Amino acid sequence: MKIDDRGRGPQEPGEPKRVGRSPSTTRDIERYTGLFASRTRGMKSSAMRDMMSITTRPEVISLAGGLPDTRSFPPKTFAAVANKIAAEECAKALQYGPTEGLPETIECIAEVMAAEDMRVDPDDVIVTTGGQQAIDLVTRALIDPGDVIVAEGPTYPGAVPSFSSYQADVVQIDMDSDGMRIDLMEETLDRLEREGKRPKFIYTVPSFQNPAGVTMSLPRRKRLVEVANEREILVLEDNPYGMLRYEGEPQTTLRSLDGGVYVMYLGTFSKILSPGIRLGWIVAPAPVLDKLNLGKQAADLCTSTLSQLMVSAYFEHGRWQDYVESLTEIYRARRDTMLDALERHFPPQAEWTRPAGGLFIWATLPDFIDTTDLLARALQANVAFVPGEGAYMDGRGRNAMRLNFSGVNEDDIREGVRRIGEIVQEQVDLYGTLTGEQQAPARPAEEPAPEEEGGRVVQMPRRRTGEGRARNS
Amino acid sequence: LSRVAVLKGGSSLERQVSLRSGARVEEALERLGHEVDRVDVGSNLIARLRDFGPDVAFVVLHGRDGEDGTVQELLEILGIPYTGSGVLGCIRSMDKVLTKHLLRQERIPTPEFFAFNETAFKRLGAGETLAAIEDRLEFPIVVKPASGGSALGIKFARTAGDVPGTLISAFSYDDKVLLERHVEGRDLAVSIVEDAKGPQALPVVEAVPRDEDFYDFEARYEIGRTTFVCPAELPENVTARAQALALGVYRLLGLYGFARVDLMMENETGDLYVLEANAIPGLTPTSLLPQAAEAAGVGFDDLVARILELAFKRAETALSTSH
Repeated sequence: MKIDDRGRGPQEPGEPKRVGRSPSTTRDIERYTGLFASRTRGMKSSAMRDMMSITTRPEVISLAGGLPDTRSFPPKTFAAVANKIAAEECAKALQYGPTEGLPETIECIAEVMAAEDMRVDPDDVIVTTGGQQAIDLVTRALIDPGDVIVAEGPTYPGAVPSFSSYQADVVQIDMDSDGMRIDLMEETLDRLEREGKRPKFIYTVPSFQNPAGVTMSLPRRKRLVEVANEREILVLEDNPYGMLRYEGEPQTTLRSLDGGVYVMYLGTFSKILSPGIRLGWIVAPAPVLDKLNLGKQAADLCTSTLSQLMVSAYFEHGRWQDYVESLTEIYRARRDTMLDALERHFPPQAEWTRPAGGLFIWATLPDFIDTTDLLARALQANVAFVPGEGAYMDGRGRNAMRLNFSGVNEDDIREGVRRIGEIVQEQVDLYGTLTGEQQAPARPAEEPAPEEEGGRVVQMPRRRTGEGRARNS
Repeated sequence: LSRVAVLKGGSSLERQVSLRSGARVEEALERLGHEVDRVDVGSNLIARLRDFGPDVAFVVLHGRDGEDGTVQELLEILGIPYTGSGVLGCIRSMDKVLTKHLLRQERIPTPEFFAFNETAFKRLGAGETLAAIEDRLEFPIVVKPASGGSALGIKFARTAGDVPGTLISAFSYDDKVLLERHVEGRDLAVSIVEDAKGPQALPVVEAVPRDEDFYDFEARYEIGRTTFVCPAELPENVTARAQALALGVYRLLGLYGFARVDLMMENETGDLYVLEANAIPGLTPTSLLPQAAEAAGVGFDDLVARILELAFKRAETALSTSH
């Protein structure tokens, strides 16, 4: 009898009936549904996610991903690092490691944090499987169903599924070009207190925020840390992009301001080395760290030893900062290209942020445009972006989009933005035809795009009145 | 036992659903002992088919290209027998506006509607008729793209102010859209599968959304978000009428092999209205047609076998009539 390679190849007559996976029937589905944990109700797939699967097709210019440019990483360096591990640490690389991570990797982490003016005790660090795991571990350790997480609005779309899966009540605070509005945050905290709710932690990406591209000002950082101390609330500072600065002076991290009392700090090698090695870290006060450590044991015992050794070997191999600097050059040029293209191709009714670093620009369109639907149209023109609704948990963001400028070359950025701009212009014109109104520009056409200075509001969309998702018909 | 090319995926917005349907069909075909070529439809489709030389193509594409007659036309040219409806049936059911005009002509009840293409608004000032349309249909009005089998781009306009935005959303999916009277009521689907005696209506499925306001795209394909009741708890005469209507639609549109017809039963009047027909309904584990077949005692493998048989039968008939 032939080996069953998932049943390829015709079955010979007289051959015993192949035992395959039986088809799942309606009864099966009902049976499984009954077994799902109630918290999975919050784990939703979406039309957007289904659509995003088309963005990976080669003919699509994707401004949707958050992908670092791994093509610029020198293969020679990769080979040298891999050879060194094979020659010197083969057995160790193939073995389990301590849950909190290898000491030599934590040394590298201390070095990266020192580059952003932070000193860290190696005992306060856990190496995680990407920064994403750190978000998951913190949420797992702190959140009971219904507990409040305060986050920026819009927030990192990748954090949303994590928060949802632990049934957190996420309260989102508007931002302007100086980052999260701390005054609004304080008002919200007061309101929550009156309602008898106590937020467990504040989640923020203070520098070059994903997706909004804005950076929290120093006064706001200081106030945020004060508020956390006064109210005894933890802060999760997610800082994946801090080193990717294209202009201006480095900002003091929340952790530096607070000294690590209420601020938990999340870092990653994804943007300064490679996302494929899945290596991040979390620094937290000792009692919190103990819980995170237990959570990590449950999740995956330890972070890949091979990945950790690759980092330490890479740090020994040469100046890791050189690669970050080369990335910074590439991304700065791409950001400038995207800003120019937006200025040129987007209609005057659109607004967008001017990030001083990071990977993303957030564009806001007139509120009659739903960017999830717009994505369907854009995909017909072979271009993609992330619709804004994924960055909100309350239905807002429907007329906004996140554009990534790190993952594609400058020609593609120009062409991609041109195509999106053309479609947006078409829809703006159509709206004019439908309503008989000329759309008033959100910004005068002749003026430059909004500068990143104090107090300018990044337009954060409201839920459109009277419009729901229609039933299937 | 045959060599079967399963055509799935493609670049339509319903790619993911198609891949899920396709995977399930492939498993069934293999259990039935067929040799399967799994084809994610793209620019190499023709080369791939010529290379594999299938006896038959099992088409599980949803949406553009796969459900609108395009792939069927190509298979006709290549002389490869294929499952499901032919080119004309696909064209008639993919375009909801065409479907509804045909229904109206045959006096099969369908909610009142008006349809436009973008040109009407851009060049002919159709925007000025919106007020009259709103009067005729009354709010809420359902606004949807003419094509597309899923709920993508389908929106409710509750007030006149919502109409332009909902139209723009619908125009993102198609250059033809329709505005339709909203029928408040129960969401029914009648699947049809042919056997030796001809097309047979399967038990009616009712989709009951669990916790959302509306049965939307997300809920449609996800386990646990929508409760499907099959057979739907309906008076016998209503079930019979729904099935008769669905069969009427099936014949009117010239569908073949299998299909699904979506209807609404109006709460206030108990009247049935046909919304649309799907030439290639989903075959995922949460899809309605497989559930209905199962309720009728037809397991998934039997269903797949029957659909395949019908493809050969049509090819034979075509061959015998052409000689």
